[in-house]
Amino acid sequence: MALLEVKDLEVYYGVIRALKGISFKVEKGEIVTLIGANGAGKTTTMQSIIGLIPIRSGSVVYNGNDITKTPCHKLAKLGMSQVPEGRRIFQELTVYENLMMGAYSVKNKSSFKDDIEDVYKRFPRLKERKNQIASTLSGGEQQMLAMGRALMSHPDILLLDEPSMGLSPLLVTEIFDIIKEINKQGTTVLLVEQNAKKALSIADRAYVLETGSIVLEGDAKELMDNDDIKKAYLGE
Amino acid sequence: MEFLETLINGLSIGGTYAMIALGYTMVYGIAKMLNFAHGDVIMVGGYTIYVILAQTGYPFLGLAAAILFCVLLGVAVEKVAYKPLRGASPLAVLITAIGVSYLLQSSAQMIFGSAPKMVTLVHINSINIGALQIEGHVVVTLISSFVIMLLLTLFVKYTKVGRAMIAVSEDKGAAQLMGINSNAIITLTFAIGSALAAVAGFFMLLKSPSLTNTMGAMPGIKAFTAAVIGGIGSIPGAMVGGILIGIIEAFSLKSAAIAPYTNAIEFLILIVILLVRPSGILGKKRREKV
Ligand SMILES: Nc1ncnc2c1ncn2[C@@H]1O[C@H](COP(=O)(O)OP(=O)(O)OP(=O)(O)O)[C@@H](O)[C@H]1O
Ligand SMILES: [Mg+2]
Repeated sequence: MALLEVKDLEVYYGVIRALKGISFKVEKGEIVTLIGANGAGKTTTMQSIIGLIPIRSGSVVYNGNDITKTPCHKLAKLGMSQVPEGRRIFQELTVYENLMMGAYSVKNKSSFKDDIEDVYKRFPRLKERKNQIASTLSGGEQQMLAMGRALMSHPDILLLDEPSMGLSPLLVTEIFDIIKEINKQGTTVLLVEQNAKKALSIADRAYVLETGSIVLEGDAKELMDNDDIKKAYLGE
Repeated sequence: MEFLETLINGLSIGGTYAMIALGYTMVYGIAKMLNFAHGDVIMVGGYTIYVILAQTGYPFLGLAAAILFCVLLGVAVEKVAYKPLRGASPLAVLITAIGVSYLLQSSAQMIFGSAPKMVTLVHINSINIGALQIEGHVVVTLISSFVIMLLLTLFVKYTKVGRAMIAVSEDKGAAQLMGINSNAIITLTFAIGSALAAVAGFFMLLKSPSLTNTMGAMPGIKAFTAAVIGGIGSIPGAMVGGILIGIIEAFSLKSAAIAPYTNAIEFLILIVILLVRPSGILGKKRREKV
């Protein structure tokens, strides 16, 4: 059984049909990427899975439970975590307090100290800046904070919406290395990216989204060699 | 000496305004709405104190009952009237809030009539420090309101729930991703705001015992002014704005020539401050969404 299974997902913004019934799966332990151009519906997919945007029809099944109508705030406890598009860290809070919010759903208070140390170990720059107000962080540091914050709830699956957005190539490589590492340590990853090359290079499988429909799917390495993909998304 | 007395008076009046302004600003910051009926919660608190005092004779039992009843009322109004409108146009929410305000005022008039009720709480002796003479209720209001402000600040700053309130006010969606139940945080905000309004009602009755169904209207508007001056949505802003309005009021009432224009002066200051700093003294500039 897949860890996450999306079936015939349809989402509307008013009369605009943003997702036209898409289906895909993420198996436990995988990195699956969803690639597509601007406005394809990637963010809509991510936000409707996690309950921030209402679903018109279709279903989302996570770990055997139908979560189609589960309110967003209950999903963190079920092991689903998201780094949203644009990071959306809490600008007025300090780095430490942002991480504290990330652990909001964790009932076992004793693990907090270890968890935060783990995040600091993964992102040493956050430790140096732990008492800094988050709005004063650089873009790269904000991305690290958003990822650290999402990891504080011990997710079984991590949904990442364009982690490379606005980062320098060097930093993008660093962030993708970290994603790979997080995955190796047991967290399943669903990754949305416009940077298709990078995304396909670390993913196991991929889906291609075009104006609200999945038009192609397959093994990430195979898709990298696909001529249509090369032309449309890899700029070759 | 007189200057110092007036200043202390002003701080005390300001403390009461701050109690009310905090309700406006917290609800605005977290539920993103202007709760026009907030001032009337003060009045409901006042009548609760009146009833309990008449029945038992204990003013502080009246205060406790007023806090409890106002909290229940605030939470119920939010559930019944405002929650169904979440996501609706701000105008629809504002009109609903105005409706709630009239509903509360008319209900009080139906139950208690329109003649003012006299509520004599406790007499507290004046305090003399050297040549300085301060009325007892001024001291009580001043000290209690500042202690409450300190406690609220500590709660918001140093507890997990307090930080979650800031998180929800900043980005409700991101807060939900963290597992924060934003509806519960909004309910809590209404509860705190209503409790503070009940306390403000007690302070007002300490100062002047006359109770009517519109007693909350003017202080409500002034406290809202204070919240905007301080920067609506900002908790320290509401405190600063409230104290500022209180001090201005105390000094303005001191001079026979200026006293009749006190309200006008306060609103004029609002206009001037908004011209210089549109987001208020401690307000944040609105950030563009990424
Ligand atoms: N709040 C909204 N109201 C109306 N339409 C929206 C809204 N959000 C997104 N859309 C529309 O839905 C479609 C999908 O948007 P979405 O944000 O999911 O795209 P995306 O694939 O994430 O794009 P990008 O790569 O630019 O982030 C777009 O046509 C967009 O204009
Ligand atoms: Mg997007």
